[in-house]
Amino acid sequence: MSTFWSIWISVIVLGTVFGCAWLLWATRKSQTTDVETDRTMGHSFDGIEEYDNPLPKWWFYLFMATCVFALGYLALYPGLGNYKGLLGWTSTNQWEAEVAAAEEKYGEIYAQYGNTPVPELATNEDALKIGQRLFANNCAVCHGSAARGQVGFPNLTDDDWLYGGTPDAILATLHNGRMGNMPAKGTMPSMTNEQVDQVVNYVLSFSGREKDAEAAKAGAQVFQQACVACHGPNAKGNQAMGAPNLTDNTWLYGSTYEWIKETVMNGRQNQMPAQAGRLTEDQIQILAAYVYSLSN
Amino acid sequence: MSTVNANLTYNYKVVRQFAIMTVVWGIVGMAMGVLIAAQLVWPSLNLDLPFTHFGRLRPLHTNAVIFGFGGSALFATCYYVVQRTCQARLISDGLAAFTFWGWQAIIVAAAITLPMGLTSSKEYAELEWPIDIAIAVVWVTYALVFFGTIMKRSTPHIYVANWFYGAFIITVAFLHIGNNLALPASAFKSYSAYAGVTDAMMQWWWGHNAVGFFLTAGFLGMMYYFVPKQAARPVYSYRLSIVHFWALIATYVWAGGHHLHYSALPDWAQTAGMVMSLILLAPSWGGMINGMMTLSGAWHKLRTDPILRFLVVSLSFYGMSTFEGPMMSIKTVNALSHNTDWTIGHVHSGALGWVAMISIGAVYHLVPKLWGIKEMYSTALINVHFWLATVGTVLYIVAMWVNGIMQGLMWRAVNEDGTLTYSFVEALEASYPGYFVRFLGGVIFLSGMLLMAYNVYMTVRQKEAVAADSAAAQAA
Repeated sequence: MSTFWSIWISVIVLGTVFGCAWLLWATRKSQTTDVETDRTMGHSFDGIEEYDNPLPKWWFYLFMATCVFALGYLALYPGLGNYKGLLGWTSTNQWEAEVAAAEEKYGEIYAQYGNTPVPELATNEDALKIGQRLFANNCAVCHGSAARGQVGFPNLTDDDWLYGGTPDAILATLHNGRMGNMPAKGTMPSMTNEQVDQVVNYVLSFSGREKDAEAAKAGAQVFQQACVACHGPNAKGNQAMGAPNLTDNTWLYGSTYEWIKETVMNGRQNQMPAQAGRLTEDQIQILAAYVYSLSN
Repeated sequence: MSTVNANLTYNYKVVRQFAIMTVVWGIVGMAMGVLIAAQLVWPSLNLDLPFTHFGRLRPLHTNAVIFGFGGSALFATCYYVVQRTCQARLISDGLAAFTFWGWQAIIVAAAITLPMGLTSSKEYAELEWPIDIAIAVVWVTYALVFFGTIMKRSTPHIYVANWFYGAFIITVAFLHIGNNLALPASAFKSYSAYAGVTDAMMQWWWGHNAVGFFLTAGFLGMMYYFVPKQAARPVYSYRLSIVHFWALIATYVWAGGHHLHYSALPDWAQTAGMVMSLILLAPSWGGMINGMMTLSGAWHKLRTDPILRFLVVSLSFYGMSTFEGPMMSIKTVNALSHNTDWTIGHVHSGALGWVAMISIGAVYHLVPKLWGIKEMYSTALINVHFWLATVGTVLYIVAMWVNGIMQGLMWRAVNEDGTLTYSFVEALEASYPGYFVRFLGGVIFLSGMLLMAYNVYMTVRQKEAVAADSAAAQAA
């Protein structure tokens, strides 16, 4: 911040603390006695009078002590504008120190597994136990504690993969995250409501559930125009871009006519956050092995 | 001793109106609190409807109790106290009536818009911009009535209760207008004038002073009239009043930063928020001491006077929660308590123990006087209410302490490999017993309010005397 604001803040912070201390001190100094008496201030409000009693001593010292503490704290820690404080403390460096201390303390536990290939690690009981805990801490909030997913969050136990289930693909997903994006009406923005109905019926027909065979037949045409670019001519999907296989009756967003229609009409946006930087390389390796073990 | 002007009459009508609405909004707001407490134990009570969802009813609960119940209690007592301690009638009956009907309309508007999901999303300032403007207009009118009456007082000095009411009125005006500055996008949607961490700081500058000025300074004004009046004793120390008044209002406005510890808020603002919060301990306790010590020589009255009991126990809860607050503002303590139920417990030891109890005591003191009757219909029922309120508050606070500390410890517990021992859901499961006890405490507190409503109704109904508004008649 600019020097002006720095001075402004310092003046009003210190002014408030010293002002309190001065008021306290001056009021006590003006006391004529330090014992309780029956002397009142001489006025009465609706029959209420006020004693001219001294400030309680213990209270005076308590108040002074908090003011002194405040000044000491403001000398040690950043509080007066740009002044850094004698300890050089910042909330950022406290966080960094705590992270470093945790690395120091726990890093070795993870390091012993970091270089083991994922398939091999997926058979190591101890590593999997750690992996399960890492999963509970970092992944369960979306994928569920049993990794079975929920609407919009893939089931990780069914060996059905949006981006591939090889060790490398899982590691890449964990490292960099994934951005899923299905545009509304695919590559055919001009799709009419009737065509939406047709293409939904067509998609349902892959699992033998079409509502209207005529519409499903017509939908093949729409599918060619709107969907093949990503889902492929056979609707088997494309793991390179995370386009789901539509023929296996596994659904990320629900399988009914209404759900699929909603998907076609409005598209879907989805995100798996990148873990690199949040977790260490060794932790990601163990986590990948845990996820791999769920379907291998 | 100023003499009573026999021709002087007070405007008690507006006080009566606000006193009744204190009880009404108390019951509405607390019932809403009990409902959402029950939803946390039995989630299906949200009825699967958007209007009855916890996320919409929670702000309705807070608005109804803070602004409906607390606000009506403040208006009622403030108008009563300023007239009696200034020996002057409110400067304008019309403006006073405007504040009553305006304030009630605002609370009703809150009760309609919040369940509809219309919200600015700022805590304790959820109401959308048209209602915010209405609040500002009513509030400025309130200030005119209050300070106008102070100006034409026939007493030489201004009584300490009025310092607190005055500070509360002025500061809340600044806070409300400052925090709610926004750009309207449509009739019921607006965007805050502030962005990012500035918005957060403005919000908690307001948020903590909704506590500091609305729920503390205003109620200290109430305390400074009703405690000495009910105890029939002089206020303990005028000097203490001066020091703790100025120190309280000077430091409270700084405290909001402690809501944003370890956030994107610059470190200096966090530090300033914390040290000012610590300094606040003594000024807060100054009010408690002045109230408590006023009873010296009159402690025996507690045996027979349940109204005085309400007032004194409210001061005990005030002392306790104003010790707890500075402690929780310390960064290392906050690291444990933040986002846990401890915060909710802390708020309620202030809200139920201090704000509600002192308001209830004040209303029991007021009602007979406002309707020209010697005493409440049933003193025994006041006593029952006192115990229900105390037990309800204690159950509530203890449940939240246990839950809060347990949650804080569970969230930070780590295994040998550094992973968290408990998932969030495990901490939630462990919180259920506490949620149930909190619900129970709320039910008990609410049942006391229903007794109060009955007692007030029976008192008002039996009025044989005319509602004597003359100062001479009231001076007896």
